Amino acid sequence: MANTSDTILTVENMSVEFPTLSGVTTAVRDVSFTVGREKIGIIGESGSGKSTTGRAIMRLQPPQAIVKANRMQFEDIDLMAASEEEMRSIRGRRIAMILQDPKYSLNPVMTVGEQISETVILHERATPQEARSRTLAMLERVNIRDPQRVFDLYPHEVSGGMGQRIMISMMLIAQPSLIIADEPTSALDVTVRQQVLSILDDLVVERNIGLIFISHDLNLVRSFCDRVIIMYAGRVVETIAAADLDQAQHPYTRGLLNALPSLDHPKDRLEVLRRDPAWLEN
Amino acid sequence: MAKSGTFSNLHEWLISEEFTSSRQARLHNIYLAWLSLLANPLAFAGFAVVLLLVIVAALAPVIAIHDPFTQDFAIALQAPSAGHWFGTDEFGRDVFSRLIYGARTTLYITILVTVIVAPIGFVIGATSGYLGGWVDVVLMRITDIFLSFPSLVLALAFSAALGPGIENAVIAIALTVWPPIARLARAETLTFRHADFVIAAELQGAGVGRILLRHIVPLCAPSIIVRLTLNMSSIILTAAGLGFLGLGAQPPMAEWGAMAASGRQYLLDAWWLTTVPGIAILTVSLAFNLLGDGLRDIMDPRNG
Amino acid sequence: MSMIKAHHLAVSYGHGETALKVVKDVSFEVEKGETFGLVGESGCGKSTILGALAGRNKQWTGTIEIDGETIGQKRTRAQLAKQQLVFQDPFGSIHPRHTIGRTLLEPLEIHGKDRRQERIEKVLTDVGLPLNFRYRYPHQLSGGQRQRVAIARALILEPKILLLDEPTSALDVSIQAEILNLLKDLRQREQLTYILVSHDLAVVAHLCDRVAIMQSGGFVEVATRQQLLENTVEHPYTRILMDGSRGYVSEKRNSRREALPA
Repeated sequence: MANTSDTILTVENMSVEFPTLSGVTTAVRDVSFTVGREKIGIIGESGSGKSTTGRAIMRLQPPQAIVKANRMQFEDIDLMAASEEEMRSIRGRRIAMILQDPKYSLNPVMTVGEQISETVILHERATPQEARSRTLAMLERVNIRDPQRVFDLYPHEVSGGMGQRIMISMMLIAQPSLIIADEPTSALDVTVRQQVLSILDDLVVERNIGLIFISHDLNLVRSFCDRVIIMYAGRVVETIAAADLDQAQHPYTRGLLNALPSLDHPKDRLEVLRRDPAWLEN
Repeated sequence: MAKSGTFSNLHEWLISEEFTSSRQARLHNIYLAWLSLLANPLAFAGFAVVLLLVIVAALAPVIAIHDPFTQDFAIALQAPSAGHWFGTDEFGRDVFSRLIYGARTTLYITILVTVIVAPIGFVIGATSGYLGGWVDVVLMRITDIFLSFPSLVLALAFSAALGPGIENAVIAIALTVWPPIARLARAETLTFRHADFVIAAELQGAGVGRILLRHIVPLCAPSIIVRLTLNMSSIILTAAGLGFLGLGAQPPMAEWGAMAASGRQYLLDAWWLTTVPGIAILTVSLAFNLLGDGLRDIMDPRNG
Repeated sequence: MSMIKAHHLAVSYGHGETALKVVKDVSFEVEKGETFGLVGESGCGKSTILGALAGRNKQWTGTIEIDGETIGQKRTRAQLAKQQLVFQDPFGSIHPRHTIGRTLLEPLEIHGKDRRQERIEKVLTDVGLPLNFRYRYPHQLSGGQRQRVAIARALILEPKILLLDEPTSALDVSIQAEILNLLKDLRQREQLTYILVSHDLAVVAHLCDRVAIMQSGGFVEVATRQQLLENTVEHPYTRILMDGSRGYVSEKRNSRREALPA
């Protein structure tokens, strides 16, 4: 397992607020966590603020949102103090993001190969010929069988799983030290999901980097990540090692686990989560 | 409705989402639309002018201080004065009174055109979009034929063929207005054609008529109403244009376009004859445009 | 007695040269009160079978028998009311400009039923929604509440069969549990027969008695609930899907890669 003591990202008391007509809505409230060279999962239901948290780290929140934090330190950079220009040089190079639908992250009017080559040229100052061969090698690295053909495809011509692999191949070149993956496999079929996750797993372990894996799928996070942060209504209710998830203490985490139908522990009736207003205090 | 005596209670009752009857749910929606209309000053100004037009048209005999048809050559072409606020025309008729009665004509034309055009446009467009296939091809090619002529030329041709007169002008204008409505209805229908809730209705045995009227109409209505409101100004202008060319309302009927046309000969001596109906046409078409823009923001389902 | 019989059912989309056969010759029977699952990955044809049974996809060959009656391509109203479809996306399956009451009234009007308000109240109670919800619009409801409305709309014609197309995959885990419990209760109370389409074997095993595992338009295996829970399924593809519902399996991935489809 990766060395977790080597911290890549520290977030202390981060809040994200949205001004609305009826006052300020707090989407994320006083969230603190650290990410080392490990796979950390953020679990939550819709509206829990898990995606907002991931975006706020990259400063990709909507323009009207207000992000506050006591500290947001990424390696040697203070993310709260960084200028917009510095953020641009961090995004994609040092912190990369994978979204649920790769089509929105790729340029629709450029072929897949051209886009990866561009990354190669940008990062390795390679000639176009070198870039092409590097790109083909990268596509092969992410288990794309026919890289020559895929090179000339446009983003709308590739499947979801292929698109995520293309996103990962770009990261192989840019070599970020932190990847934020927001539901990267939710739109994928089971078999493709396994392939994409194993490639992502290899990337994180081999390069010894950090991964924030945002998902609603408890079983997936439990089996894929090292540590799990459970979010409820914008708050972190519990942080726990993935292996110990069954021993989770917080009633919300327990409720989620019990609400899940399981092949291994069949139940006649699923437990219904009773939301306690007390969870919202603290 | 007014279960409580005070306005604030009524307001609370209207904005509450804890509905206790379908009438409350409906009133709630109307009230919210009203509140957002108030929040949009330009749209509200447009609404106020349109409302004023309706009131003026309804109360024309009360408001008009003179008979709009009584001729008196002794007072022909008099400048605006306390007795004749907007002066008199070449036959000595009071321009203010004719303007008030002209509002009736304008409203008559716009309402009649709208009432003719909205159902025709919707039925042709929605049927075309919902059924598809050859029905779609035939109906849309007919629409294209109408669309391929400039609307004023088409209106001119029809009213020339049908003969002068206000009813014929209405028919001629309606013939030029329905094709864009049909296009719009078809486009809207296509977006909802394969929605799950339409399929659910089909699987429960709903026929074509029921799906179009009960399911497609409520969804198309907002954009069609917006489009028609925005069209009002061009209807008014076309009507005025036909009147100006002598193809619309016939003398002695008061109609703004015809009033402006007849005043043209005396433009240098009696500026009020063209200016006053001109300003009226301008104000009302601007008001309809502003109202239409505001309604688009309020009613468009994509904003809600 | 079988509630649903499908023999040599094949379903296709498109015409002539470009026709695409999505379901290739499947046969199955579902008993009264049984719940039959259809599981597979996207494009395997599971929703298409459901569409053919519901009357949505009309380009099918073979025979379909529902409640002892052979069904043709065109159905009568009574035949349509025998089975009702519940859609995956609760945000797209309810008319956005109708109140819930209007949505529930609609099928009653189509079928000319009597005691309409009484029926609406009963069905709202059945799916666990307060009666005053009938005056609300869908945008005032949460995803779980909307799915309850969708189930209520399906139930109001008193069908014998509910066809469930991924009814919980757009919902949060805790809401999924509520809907799955509701479906179990309704099945028992109303003596319903279900066909459940899902990509998650854990959900299927929770609700279904038997499940057909589908791949590229055909059944690879029909397994019982017992087989799933005891892990005695036969086909390797079924095992892959079972692993998928457990999460990420890293150790076995090299040996599995060969078994994956292209």
